[in-house]
This record gives sequence, C-alpha cells and structure tokens, in this order.
Amino acid sequence: MNELDLAIIGAGPAGLSAATLAAGLGLSVTVFDENPAPGGQIYRSIETVMATRSDDLAFLGDAYRAGDAITRGFRASKAGYSPSTSVWLVQKDRQIGIVRDGKASMLKARRILIATGAHERPMPIPGWTLPGVMLAGGAQTLLKSAGMVPDGAVVLAGNGALLYQLAAQLIAAGAKVAAVLDTGTDYLAALPKLPEALLAAGTLLKGLRMIRAIRSAGVPIRRNVGGLRAIGTDRLEAVEFTIAGRVERIAASVLCLHQGVVTNTQITQAIPVRHEWNAAQRDWRPATDQWGNTEIEGIAVAGDCAGIGGADAALHAGRIAALEAVQALGKLNTAERNERAIGHFGALRRHLRVRPFLDALYPPSSAFAVPADDVLVCRCEEVTAGQVRDAVRQGASGPNQVKSFTRAGMGPCQGRMCALTVAEIIAAERGKTVPEIGTARIRFPIKPLTVGELGSLE
Amino acid sequence: MFRRLHETSVSVTITLDGTPLQATAGDTVAAVILATANPVCRQTPESGADRAPFCMMGACFDCLVEIDGVPNRQGCLTEVRDGMAVRRQPRPTPVAP
Repeated sequence: MNELDLAIIGAGPAGLSAATLAAGLGLSVTVFDENPAPGGQIYRSIETVMATRSDDLAFLGDAYRAGDAITRGFRASKAGYSPSTSVWLVQKDRQIGIVRDGKASMLKARRILIATGAHERPMPIPGWTLPGVMLAGGAQTLLKSAGMVPDGAVVLAGNGALLYQLAAQLIAAGAKVAAVLDTGTDYLAALPKLPEALLAAGTLLKGLRMIRAIRSAGVPIRRNVGGLRAIGTDRLEAVEFTIAGRVERIAASVLCLHQGVVTNTQITQAIPVRHEWNAAQRDWRPATDQWGNTEIEGIAVAGDCAGIGGADAALHAGRIAALEAVQALGKLNTAERNERAIGHFGALRRHLRVRPFLDALYPPSSAFAVPADDVLVCRCEEVTAGQVRDAVRQGASGPNQVKSFTRAGMGPCQGRMCALTVAEIIAAERGKTVPEIGTARIRFPIKPLTVGELGSLE
Repeated sequence: MFRRLHETSVSVTITLDGTPLQATAGDTVAAVILATANPVCRQTPESGADRAPFCMMGACFDCLVEIDGVPNRQGCLTEVRDGMAVRRQPRPTPVAP
C-alpha cells in the first residue's frame, strides 16, 4: 500500500493552497477530489472558463477570477492530483478508501487534511422537490461550469450574500430574473458588528454594488417575505408568498433557494471526531486547535468544512494546516513553522472580520429550520416534518431513533439534505437545544459504492 | 429548464434514453439533462415523483441516473464522454412481500 506524506480531500481554495505549499516544502502530497477539475465549488471550472469562455468573466467577476492564480499555482507544484475521485472511507489510522473510474482502492497517509468545504443549508418549503426548484449554488454552478442560465422567468428566494450575487450574475448574463424574495435580512442585529466589518470594506462595497445592479435592472427586491411555496403539479409553475399580510404569486419556470451555507462534515462526523454546535450559523463544526488539528492524531481540517469563513479565509487556513503538516513530519522545526505562519494567521483574521456582520445580517430563519407539518424534510425518503414530530411523540428521542421510525436520513444523500432540519425539529418538539439532541450517526461508505467496486479492492 | 449562453463547442454525442444528444465536452450529465425539454433525472422510489438536479454539487443525490448500464450514478459529478449511454431512472418496481 502506497503511503503518502499528506493526503488532501477536496480541491477548493483550502485544499489547493495547502497542497501547493506542502509540496513546495518537500512533502509527497495528493489531492483527491470528486469534481473533474480543480477549484472546488467557488472556482468551479475556472480553467475551462479562462481557456474557452473568458467573456463570461464579465459577470462571474473578479472574486471568481482569483481562482485562476490558485489553480495555476497548484498545477505548477509537485502535488499529485486525483480528480473525479470519491473518498468513501477515512479511518482513524489514516487509511483512506477511494473510488475512481469504477475501481476502489485503499491508501495510507501520514497526515490527512480534510478540506471538503460547505454545502448549501437545506431550505425546506412546500413544493421544494418539484423539478424547477433548485438551490442557488446549483444554478451558479451551471453558470460557471456550463455557461447555462435558467430558461424563462427565474425567482430567487431566501437570504444571504450568494442570493444577491447570483441575481446580479444572472441579470448580467441575460436571464429573465422576475424577482428577488428576501425572507429576512436583519439590519438592526447586524449594525453593532458593522465597525469591525468595515475593516473588510471591500466585501461590503461589493455587496452594495450587487444590490444596486439588481435594482437598476428593474428587478424588484421584495423584503420580509413569508409563506414561501413552490406551486406546480409536475413542474414548477409559480412561486407563492406572503408580504405585509397579502398573498402574492409570480409565474416562474425556475426557483432558486438559498439560506446560506453550512459546513460539510460528512467525513469528520463519520470518523468520528468531536464536533461543536455553532449557534449563530446553526451548524456543526469539528473541534480543532489553531492549526486545524482534530483530536485524532494526524487528521486535520481547513477551510469552510471547519467553519464557514469564505474562500479567502480558506486559502490561508489551508496554508496554516499545511505548515503544521510539514512541521509534524519533521521538515520544519516549530520556530520555522511559526515564523512562516504569522502572515497567514494575520490574513485569516482580516478575512474573518466581516463574518460576525454577515452572520447577523443573514440569520438562518427558524421558519425553514423548523418547517410546518406538511413540508417534506427528507427529500430521499419523502418524510414530512409532521412524520418526524409523530415519531418524537411516539418516543423517538433523537435523530437515530427518528431515522429508525421514519427512514428520514436513510436515503442516498445520507442526511446531507435533512439531518440539520430533523435535529432542529426534534429539539423544538422536546424543548431542548440541538446539541442536547445530537445528530444521526454518519457511517462509511459516505459515497455510493457498487458491490463490484468493493470487490475490486485488493 | 436551462439554456446555453454559448453554442455547443467541441461537441460530444451521448444518448439519453436511447436518443442521440449533442453536448459540450466538459459538461456534466446533470447539466445536459437540465438543458433538455425534460429536466428530470429520476423518479423517487417512495412516491414515484419526478426529480431534477437540485444542488449540482454532489450533496442531494436527486440527479441519480443510469450511466453505461450502472444505476445510481451522480449526474452532477460525471462528465459526458462520446458514446456515453445515459438513462433516466424510473421508479423502482416494488418487491413483492
């Protein structure tokens, strides 16, 4: 079995910057990533866009273009790269199971860096499983990776920076944006955090420019929207909502939902390492020291999967974790590691300054975290919030019992789209907090594996 | 449900439910399906409801399709290849008790 110095899972900003730095300091490094090209979701398809669709940069923007230098640096490094590869197993002894081109294999690493980023927070509303409804990040991925925009009227609903960014991008790309429905932006709560955020004024100005671009295109931004429903029989036909006590309806062929992003903890929860509940962002974060080390020897995390901080923060967190790996494997002494890390810790702090403001401005809403009885929460097994509540009333005290009672979380997504919602519903029903309720046990393999693939293991 | 901003270039031919379809090299299977008149990837086992790609980043599994005879492949993570045979997944037939 090959033994790598450093195995990195995820080719977003954290994984790529860590790989580039660690390979430059003499470690044998390979990045494993399930996408076909480097960049993660934030810089999805950056190489293709630079090479064949550079006109699209006009609406994809400078923040996206920053991925070009990151992927180039990575390609120029000695780091190995295994794209289109799913990691389905990570053990405490640092054995990793991967599957690529229908063949499964195992490898061993002296250090593992998990940099699996974020995924969108589930936003359960009536009708959210209808074809035509998708997450805003998904629509943005289509714009980046395929140069595709919604055909016909598109409505964007929810809150968060990505919602406004996507609206501005779709308008600039020529899509027909019918409306932006803001389900709650909390200016009052965010105000006290503004002075600190002003130290990262660039981010705030970018946000204001996006909102101005949306307005000047004549696209209505409706605020304090409630009662959101996706309407249609086989396909989305309209979006219904309440505003100032009135019910309104907008015809749409595509509805993009967004409620911010949450840590992707599928691997760290399956290992498992200890996690802590983040009450502001209502997600789980692996407990680490300042270098990204988890409680398991040799297993570290960096970037959004360790706590949502955005791409610029992830870039520096990746380098900090890489320096730690290089030091742990004896290629730098502690003083050298510390010396090289100072600048990255400073940059990380600067990029995180805007987060308390953004967290307060775009709070995840209880209306979606704890949906009404008739709303499907588990998309895979089609379990409603009401069925989860029934299970709790019948004695299911936590997510594992609810899973046994209702199958919520037992489908192919393995709870990625429902675990947070199920835990919130149980907590609310029992008058407890989510950390008191806990989360469903995640088990390997965390990605689908055929019996044939498993049989190909040597 | 989606349209292309650019003409398909570096064309790849796949089949979707047996019908030939032009795609651009580098497209994912899920993107190609979203650009057709019928954006559906599969029907759910529980109710048989149609599902289209939802997250496009490997998390939701709504885009599961059969690719070259292997079912339950994530369409959003799989790039099209010339000659690839993609099939939408109908609701599985319930097993008799």
